[in-house]
Amino acid sequence: MRDRVIFCGQLVFTALVAAFLIVPAILSMLAGITANYFRGIGSGLTLQWVVAVWDLYAETIARSLLIAIATLAATLVVGVPAAYALNVRGGRLARTVEEVITLPLAIPGLAIALALLLTYNGFGDFRRSWLFILTGHVVFTLPFMVRSVMAVLSGIDVKTLDESAASLGAGPWRRFRDVIVPNARPGILAGSLAVVTLSLGEFNLTWMLHTPLTKTLPVGLADSYASMRLEVASAYTLVFFLMIIPLLVAMQLLADRPGTPERS
Amino acid sequence: MSFFAKPVPTFAGHARGLSHRSFLRLCLLPLAVVAAAFFLLPMVKLVIVGASGETGLSAYAAIVTQPRYRATLINTVLLAAATTAASLAIATIAGLFLQRHRFPGRALLVAMLTFPLAFPGVVVGFMIILLAGRQGLVGELTSRLIGEKLVFAYSIQGLFLGYLYFSIPRVILTIMAAIEKLDPALEEAARALGAGPWAVHRDVILPALVPAFVASGAIAFATAMGAFGTAFTLATNIDVLPMVIYTEFTLSANIAMAAALSVGLGLVAWAMLALSRSLTGGTIAAAG
Repeated sequence: MRDRVIFCGQLVFTALVAAFLIVPAILSMLAGITANYFRGIGSGLTLQWVVAVWDLYAETIARSLLIAIATLAATLVVGVPAAYALNVRGGRLARTVEEVITLPLAIPGLAIALALLLTYNGFGDFRRSWLFILTGHVVFTLPFMVRSVMAVLSGIDVKTLDESAASLGAGPWRRFRDVIVPNARPGILAGSLAVVTLSLGEFNLTWMLHTPLTKTLPVGLADSYASMRLEVASAYTLVFFLMIIPLLVAMQLLADRPGTPERS
Repeated sequence: MSFFAKPVPTFAGHARGLSHRSFLRLCLLPLAVVAAAFFLLPMVKLVIVGASGETGLSAYAAIVTQPRYRATLINTVLLAAATTAASLAIATIAGLFLQRHRFPGRALLVAMLTFPLAFPGVVVGFMIILLAGRQGLVGELTSRLIGEKLVFAYSIQGLFLGYLYFSIPRVILTIMAAIEKLDPALEEAARALGAGPWAVHRDVILPALVPAFVASGAIAFATAMGAFGTAFTLATNIDVLPMVIYTEFTLSANIAMAAALSVGLGLVAWAMLALSRSLTGGTIAAAG
């Protein structure tokens, strides 16, 4: 009897916490397709707000996708070879390098953005282009790619693979491309999903780095929360959810798959 | 220096083309360039600019000596600490329950508790507005039930709720993973020795979870210290450090002070994570 009471108490508590997290998300999705949120769902369902969002903010959505893909490309080119080299070299140098590139996760985005602004303010064309936002996103997401690939590489015998390929006459570049990269695939995939998801939702850095002509989706969201009616803001949020939910589901599936090392 | 002094394994086949050692250096080159140009150099610049104002280096001391900045720092630290404590308590109760019982709907509950993991701070702010804002659910319910519309999204309670919203999913994942790794034999031994459920929790389960508390607590604290998007969306006039940095920079154009405060904020967040890492020996990081 006592166990039953404790079980029910814990269940109610956990359900309440889950409701706290999920109810506002559902409210926002509903508000985005409700004709008049103030009058409630009874006022009818409509796609007019989603269309309005498209008219107002399509450009920010396209730019966010562009930046996310460019961030992914940059973190792949920079991060995967680096993860391999750090894994092979090991030792104090590798630990120091890993430590330094992980710092952007500890330092608030606002501080990094301010630092970038102070350093590159004089480079007008660069500062005004979307490439400036890209640099912030790359600095912020790179550690996720490097650590994800390193986690996979540390679980396999890279040295033996490398040496056997070398003894067969493969040069370093071929060994990297044909042996290391295929073996690191789960880590590259997990890192890529994390990078794209984080880039699409990045606000703290982007808000400081953007110009009126380089607004991204989260910047547009902040704009709509401040100045648009609740239905439009909600429809915009709905569009954002629709973009990141598939990525989150893919991440979950990847994490559940046996053989993938657990990411800390 | 050890970079060059280290003996490097030699491979057959590197006679033609690139040597293995040069290739590894080439692999690290893009990282070195990106990290130097877009992170290390800007950070150095930030520290220099922080000391370039009228007051020079003492701008850094102003964080603690000037009443306004000190009050902000205290506010931010208290809010972050409260968020951390509440998230840990909530995540431990829910985590223990979810890992100890199998029942229909459990997977759904876990999914709901971790779903907001990737929400940016601005979206979290909007969630709080929908919950407790002027057109919010709480206001709607309270005006029907008690005839008075309760609106607290734009106050410190709203900010706290927002921080809680993005902390719970992160903390709960770490704690659930730690609970899963607990050795059930220890609990059984304690029970066999006559310990009641309360004593088992106090003396066996909670002590074993301390490393997870330290690790996830540090992440929650550092993230809450630096959270900008949520405070920005709620447009609170509560002075938290990221908002003050932002207004110093944009409205007052007090760039040196903004830089000094950013360095201070970065140091506090980094120190929390470094401290927890040296305590637990694991590698952790904050995000968002």
